[in-house]
Amino acid sequence: MAKSKAAAVELKNVIKHFGEVQAVKGVDLTIDAGSFVTLLGPSGCGKTTILRMIAGLEHPTRGEIWINGRRIDDIPIHKRNLGLVFQNYALFPHKTIFDNVAFGLRYRDVPKAEIRKRVAEALEIVQLPGVEKRFPAQLSGGQQQRIALARAVVIEPDVLLLDEPLSALDANLREGMRVELKRIQRELGITTIFVTHDQAEALALSDKVVVMSNGKKEQEGAPDKVYNQPASRFVAEFLGNANLLPGRIESNGVKLQDGTLLPLRDAKGLPVGTEIDVVLRAERILLARQHPPEADALVVPGKVRALDYQGVAARYFVEALGTTLQVINPIDDLPFPEGAEVLLRIRAQDCVALGRA
Amino acid sequence: MRDEGFDARPWVLLAPALLALLLLMVIPMAIIFVFSFYEYVDVAVDRPAFQFENWLWFFQDGFYHYAIWQTLRISAITMLVCALLGYVPAYFIANTTYRHKWLLMLLLILPFWVSFIIRQLSWVHVLGSQGIVNAALLWLGVIDAPVRLLYNEATVVMGLVHFLLPFMVLNIYVSLESIDRNLVSAARTLGCTGWQAFCQVTLPLSLPGLAAGSLLCFVLAGGSYVTPLILGGPDDFLFGNLIYDTIMLELNWPMGATLSVVLLALLGSLVAIYGRFMGLSRLYKSLN
Repeated sequence: MAKSKAAAVELKNVIKHFGEVQAVKGVDLTIDAGSFVTLLGPSGCGKTTILRMIAGLEHPTRGEIWINGRRIDDIPIHKRNLGLVFQNYALFPHKTIFDNVAFGLRYRDVPKAEIRKRVAEALEIVQLPGVEKRFPAQLSGGQQQRIALARAVVIEPDVLLLDEPLSALDANLREGMRVELKRIQRELGITTIFVTHDQAEALALSDKVVVMSNGKKEQEGAPDKVYNQPASRFVAEFLGNANLLPGRIESNGVKLQDGTLLPLRDAKGLPVGTEIDVVLRAERILLARQHPPEADALVVPGKVRALDYQGVAARYFVEALGTTLQVINPIDDLPFPEGAEVLLRIRAQDCVALGRA
Repeated sequence: MRDEGFDARPWVLLAPALLALLLLMVIPMAIIFVFSFYEYVDVAVDRPAFQFENWLWFFQDGFYHYAIWQTLRISAITMLVCALLGYVPAYFIANTTYRHKWLLMLLLILPFWVSFIIRQLSWVHVLGSQGIVNAALLWLGVIDAPVRLLYNEATVVMGLVHFLLPFMVLNIYVSLESIDRNLVSAARTLGCTGWQAFCQVTLPLSLPGLAAGSLLCFVLAGGSYVTPLILGGPDDFLFGNLIYDTIMLELNWPMGATLSVVLLALLGSLVAIYGRFMGLSRLYKSLN
């Protein structure tokens, strides 16, 4: 079922207005064939609108959408050959599972015997063989979503579009389905665009994450790149738990407002004297009663103000550097109690300079 | 301590409704049923008895059978016209992005604010010999003398459709509203044209509403007698008109009671068949 060609999907300066509201404000996007790309952002950021425009359910106000070298934004929905999976599954309740999965094939002049074969294969891929005769209401939410996936991939679409497909499932089912989704995508090598507001899904599944806010692209890149090197305040705050510390670049680090000099490995070419924010991820700060000496690291005293016990780890609110820092550390035996005097180790490699716009 | 075995509260709460039903429906209908066995002596005179003369008369007289056939036929035509004419506005109201949807619903319900009789009679001003259609045709010189447009089967059906269409539209609308929009989108992305998606998804999923509306239209048309009285000719009677004539003109109450029971059984069995296949709960839902 695999398809492999170069750049599968391309958006060129796509703009979408809904009346007065500009939902998508000029987005350029290139998606490689066979890759898994996630559009990540809070609700209302335009990610679903982009997906719907690719699917043909919305028409862009301006801009171009290309799929496999063919401009599609004027091609009617039913001729686009895309697989779309909805958050609420959207299985046809009055049709059997077989008829649901076979639905797209019936409009593609596939002979009957082959329809049967391909439906069986698709159900095999989503690991639900033998449910052909049942109706959607007789399956659980997770199973229905697998059927929706089977229905979308069985037509061998050029692109698989997933609109928050996991968010209707309960938490533990969702994680299982996430692994499953990744496996299926890899197995079929199908170009996939995934829309979600869940950063864990985005980081776990994607080859490329596109963080969006307010109708614009904030940053795109490999998950670890976006996570470790946020390019904007929005991205830093949206992904994970980050501390943002205002300061000024010096020749040997960043001078914070309380006078502490924070080590910095990469000033990103910003000149000395520039006012910046330093992004410091909560889990990169290490708390201990004492630290062995280390090069390129700063150790400062702090006091635990509050903690949020999470079993595997604890989230501390630590008073240090003249502010309150969030620190997430794994728990070995017992967490530090409230009021504990601790030492914080901050490494130069974990401090990311963020220029102010 | 509360009695665990029997909880009287639901029955206490139901009592007023049950009592009203008993007094206003069950008992009067039982009386009508008993009346059907009374003996007809002369005009407006009858004698309590238990005999089957009325029933034999009904089963033997072909005129009554013809009346049943005609009632079913006109009801069926009315139902079909309502279904065809009702689907379009229901679909439009369900799918419009117009902000003031309530206004469209209001337009639909507005006719109910005018008396049913007035609404039926208003057609005389439209299609009668002095009506606007004839006046307009005369003025345009298309005709020399008024054409007879009223008092035929078509005008009876038209009057019934006029009265029943909102019931059909509301029922279809309710079931269209409950269809997940993503289903049509899904069908479209899988390769359906808009029309194919309608046939494959929207239409089948709206069938329960269409069926409920059809049942209502059929039963209400089958039980009506005012519309044929006002808009029909001498031959365009429904079964209800026979009952009316038997009781009000012939003053033959036992026979009228017999015919009433027949009509009740006829339309009641249709509701029962519908309930068997579709379930009546949907009917209540759309009537709310």
